[in-house]
Amino acid sequence: MAESTLSLDAKNRKNLPLEYSTEEGDLRIVGFWMFLAAELVLFGTLFGTYLVLKSHTGGGPTAQDLFKIGPVMAETLVLLVSSFTCGLSTLELRRHNKKGLITWLAVTIILGLVFVGLEANEFYTYVTHEGATLQTSAFLSGFFILLGTHGCHVSLGIVWIAGILIQLARRGITPVTARKAFIVGLYWHFLDVVWIFIFTAVYLTGWVM
Amino acid sequence: MIKTFKMKMAVALLPLLALLTGCSDNIAVLNPQGPVAREQYHLIVWSLIMMSLVLAIVLIIFIYVLVRFGRRKSKGFDPNDTGNRKLEIIWLIVPVLICILLAVPTVKTLYALNQPPKATAAAPAALNGSKTLTIDVTSVQWKWLFRYPDQKIETVNYVVIPAGIPVQFRLHAYDAMNAFWVPELGGQQYTMTDMPMKLWLQADKPGNYDGRSSNYSGRGFAQMTFTVMARSANDFDNWISSVKNNQPALTHAKYMQLLEPNTVKPQEFSSYPAIVAKDFNKAQMDAVMNGESPEKDSMPGMDMGNGGKGGQK
Amino acid sequence: MMDSITNFLSHFFVTGDPMIYGADASIALVSVAVLAVLTYFKKWKWLWNEWLTTVDHKKIGIMYIIAALLMFFRGGVDALMMRTQLAMPGLSFLNAEHYNQVFTTHGTIMIIFAAMPFIFGLMNIAVPLQIGARDVAFPFLNAVSFWLFFAGAMLFNLSFVIGGSPDAGWSSYAPFAGIELNPGVGQNYYVLAVQISGIGSLATGINFLVTILKMRAPGMKLFKMPMFSWSILITSVIIIFAFPAFTVALALMTIDRLFGAHFFTIAAGGSPMLWANLFWFWGHPEVYIVLLPVFGIFSDVIATFAHKTLFGYAVMVWSMIAISFLSFITWLHHFFTMGNTAPVNAFFSISTMLIAIPTGVKIFNWLFTLNKGRIEFTTPMLWALAFIPNFTIGGVTGVMLAMAPADYQYHNSYFLVAHFHSTLIAGTVFGIFCGLHYWWPKMFGYLLDEKKGKWAFWVFMISFNICFMPMYFLGLMGMTRRMYTYPAGLGWGPINFIMTIGAFGMGIGFAIMAYNIVWSAIHGKKDTTGDPWDGRTLEWSIASPAPEYNFAHIPTVSTRDAFETMKEEKRAGRAKPPAPFKPIHMPNNSGIPVIMSAFMFVAGFGFVFWWFWMAIPGVIGVIACLIARSFVYDDFHHIPVDEIERTERAAGRLS
Repeated sequence: MAESTLSLDAKNRKNLPLEYSTEEGDLRIVGFWMFLAAELVLFGTLFGTYLVLKSHTGGGPTAQDLFKIGPVMAETLVLLVSSFTCGLSTLELRRHNKKGLITWLAVTIILGLVFVGLEANEFYTYVTHEGATLQTSAFLSGFFILLGTHGCHVSLGIVWIAGILIQLARRGITPVTARKAFIVGLYWHFLDVVWIFIFTAVYLTGWVM
Repeated sequence: MIKTFKMKMAVALLPLLALLTGCSDNIAVLNPQGPVAREQYHLIVWSLIMMSLVLAIVLIIFIYVLVRFGRRKSKGFDPNDTGNRKLEIIWLIVPVLICILLAVPTVKTLYALNQPPKATAAAPAALNGSKTLTIDVTSVQWKWLFRYPDQKIETVNYVVIPAGIPVQFRLHAYDAMNAFWVPELGGQQYTMTDMPMKLWLQADKPGNYDGRSSNYSGRGFAQMTFTVMARSANDFDNWISSVKNNQPALTHAKYMQLLEPNTVKPQEFSSYPAIVAKDFNKAQMDAVMNGESPEKDSMPGMDMGNGGKGGQK
Repeated sequence: MMDSITNFLSHFFVTGDPMIYGADASIALVSVAVLAVLTYFKKWKWLWNEWLTTVDHKKIGIMYIIAALLMFFRGGVDALMMRTQLAMPGLSFLNAEHYNQVFTTHGTIMIIFAAMPFIFGLMNIAVPLQIGARDVAFPFLNAVSFWLFFAGAMLFNLSFVIGGSPDAGWSSYAPFAGIELNPGVGQNYYVLAVQISGIGSLATGINFLVTILKMRAPGMKLFKMPMFSWSILITSVIIIFAFPAFTVALALMTIDRLFGAHFFTIAAGGSPMLWANLFWFWGHPEVYIVLLPVFGIFSDVIATFAHKTLFGYAVMVWSMIAISFLSFITWLHHFFTMGNTAPVNAFFSISTMLIAIPTGVKIFNWLFTLNKGRIEFTTPMLWALAFIPNFTIGGVTGVMLAMAPADYQYHNSYFLVAHFHSTLIAGTVFGIFCGLHYWWPKMFGYLLDEKKGKWAFWVFMISFNICFMPMYFLGLMGMTRRMYTYPAGLGWGPINFIMTIGAFGMGIGFAIMAYNIVWSAIHGKKDTTGDPWDGRTLEWSIASPAPEYNFAHIPTVSTRDAFETMKEEKRAGRAKPPAPFKPIHMPNNSGIPVIMSAFMFVAGFGFVFWWFWMAIPGVIGVIACLIARSFVYDDFHHIPVDEIERTERAAGRLS
């Protein structure tokens, strides 16, 4: 399967970064971009749903009643920094520095865990202190599912990076592990971008409007 | 091969011809009995003419190429005939023109249907000086409730209207979504729980017209029919006063029974309790019955101006 | 204790109807028989090694087609039951509950579990061969896609005997499909089974998009691709942009039903109309997901049997691209009658009419491909030719439906039902039968019998017209879809009776085709050349059935009809001598896809019954499979040169 065009540009591939150095790696990275396009539509649909239902509070609490600036800023900061450390790990990958790569990915995981913890705490506060649950109103259903989907993605990313860390520790930087580390990086940055939209469309407009 | 093909096509088309010539009176949509249905009928006929033209052209070319080139040694075989800019431009432009010819009346009719039809008869006295009649329709699994807000009466599974007078139906759903359709008088509109909708209809002359729900809503859906009875102004007035004088009042308990999912016979009531006029949906009614407040939460996002056919004002 | 067990069982198993007991018994018998045959002939290992774990696109394609044919049978039986019930006024062959379940499963199965997998099967078989590739971009993911579809299909069909089938229609409009008005497990089956197979479909879209973009043979520019591959490229893009919306819609309805959220409910601010929007935002493009590929099939088949290059190739491609774009801005025409404002309805009326333009252009290009051709009336060609007039009828009635004010009179009536069956049967069904006959020799190495194939065609095609032409009039008479019965005296009886005759005729046509498949498996003419139709594209340049590695040498392409050019060069004595073989890099089989899908099935079944003790281990199993796969490193092998030589010699390809 992999030879059809490999023979064509084998020479060109030598100059490419490690993750692109095999046709398989190239295919998977392209495939992952397509997957991210699908993810974009998925989150787009969730955003649309949230925006339609935002005013449908059904007598329950509204966005102004709920959202607190402090925890949200903390979550945002942690996730943005994790995206930065994830970027640093890709830089180390390009320099073939196994130790640096592993370190920065590990830092990314830890920041990811902190983010998930903060978000879980935010949800917990809403549910216990404000009685705002998934079942309260259409607005809250939309809110919990949009943020929950993002949170699940981050959690999955943590498990995923952990798996790659084990493989990196065992096998070092090879075209295959390089590709995996690169792809998980794309995924992580994507989640960061989604968060920026959540921050804008959910929290900022929630405070202002 | 070609001959059998054509022959078999002809056999397939025979029952259609029989249908077309046999029973056009039965075809409700093609037998409009009011100005709204007639307007839609004109649009349908116009599109049918255009589309028959398209179909005829395709069939003629189709049969021509099959007859001419469907042989082992067809003359004029030309494997290098791979495109023709001029022809391709023609069959790009012609469909565009057809689309324009169809789109213009479509949009015109769309806007026209927002307006009440022109009355063709004198208004009955029961309308209290108004030139139109308003009726609130609620679909409940699996029955139709009709409320006359100005005449203060209620009917179930049939509705009486004055002939020649524009009638505005305001459509609501209590539970499942349904669609209110009286094919001889005009096209349908959905009933929804969170968004009242408006539909103008008018009957040319007295008569009974079949109506039914056209959006599936569960077990009793097939029986969810009603009759629209158009009556002369006199008969309409008599009917109103006879209902007011001879029929029982709709009690709250009886209303709650009607809201149960089942099918019922046509019936009529001389008055109704105040809660009926609130158009509560099932969730709101449940809340009221539990002593909570029925948060009225319709869809502000959908209320895009009031130029539309439906939408709330 | 005993009482509670009996009570549970009588709810768990669907009871009370002899037909259901019959289905129970036949499912049990068939399952036992299959197990017995496999054990008796010691075929378990063969089944596991050759089929269940395969990542070969051709075998996956065959499995898709077998499953899709079975689902066609199931959906067809549903249709015949409906037509029997409606043959005359006031019959009680089915009661309302059963009829409602049957039309729901008919629609869902035909679209999601028959038409789409059939198309996926054909594209699995043909696309890599048409573009000169040795497999798809992600063979493992391809197997995952298939097994997810299979798990979803099985879960959905289980509802017939366990727990009860969904009964809210294939479009499952809220609030009727919500937990308040529809409290049983049936609707859970719908949201979960369709979701599971939908994930597989999304993966297929990504897989084929990358395959076609990145793995074409050297020299095959995009605008030199066979039209079927083009159609799959465009379809894949539609899948990627449409399916996630459906994934979300189904997930939200699942959360509504299982966890009491308020997305589509009447209460607490839920918006039933949001479901309609999300559903059709996927649902309309979905129509083109099952139509564009058959446009591709017809293009290739018509060119092949007219013995001409396709007329207006570039225009054909651009019209497909235009259709795919327009398909995303027409979804609202499915509910013109839901109270939209006049400008909104006007926009969607016009955008819908616009689709007729590129589609019309395609019809004329097909007609002009036939013009000046040398038309050969083979079975695949008959299906393709019948498509043109029959589909045009569906197309022009589609334009009529697009005119919103007129649609107020057609909507939800049998006029609409007739329209979409005219497009989906004359388009999709004719197309997949066409593709099935066309590529059959490439799949199995022998041809389906032409005479029986033509009988099946004529019986099916004529019956189709007998069934669906009268249906337009029935709609104009005011009969709406999804009515389980109708009273006498409306004049609907005779038309319904004619339609029922047509429906059974289609059943007979399908039976003849099934008989043809069995008969040809035993007596079918062997395809020794690999090119039984005088084909024009690369799939016909290799042996039939295609060897595991497809191409011993990756071909170099210079023209649109690549194989036609090769044959011309060979005739002119300009063919180059073949280069020596090189070892071929191929992916390894894997058991993970089938195991993972089994976990998915368990999870889905658990969620259907609110049995989280069962669902959660299922989900954990799925995640464990994903992690396990991540740690698999030796996932490929090389086919040595001597094996390639042996295979090629056996196929008569080496002199």
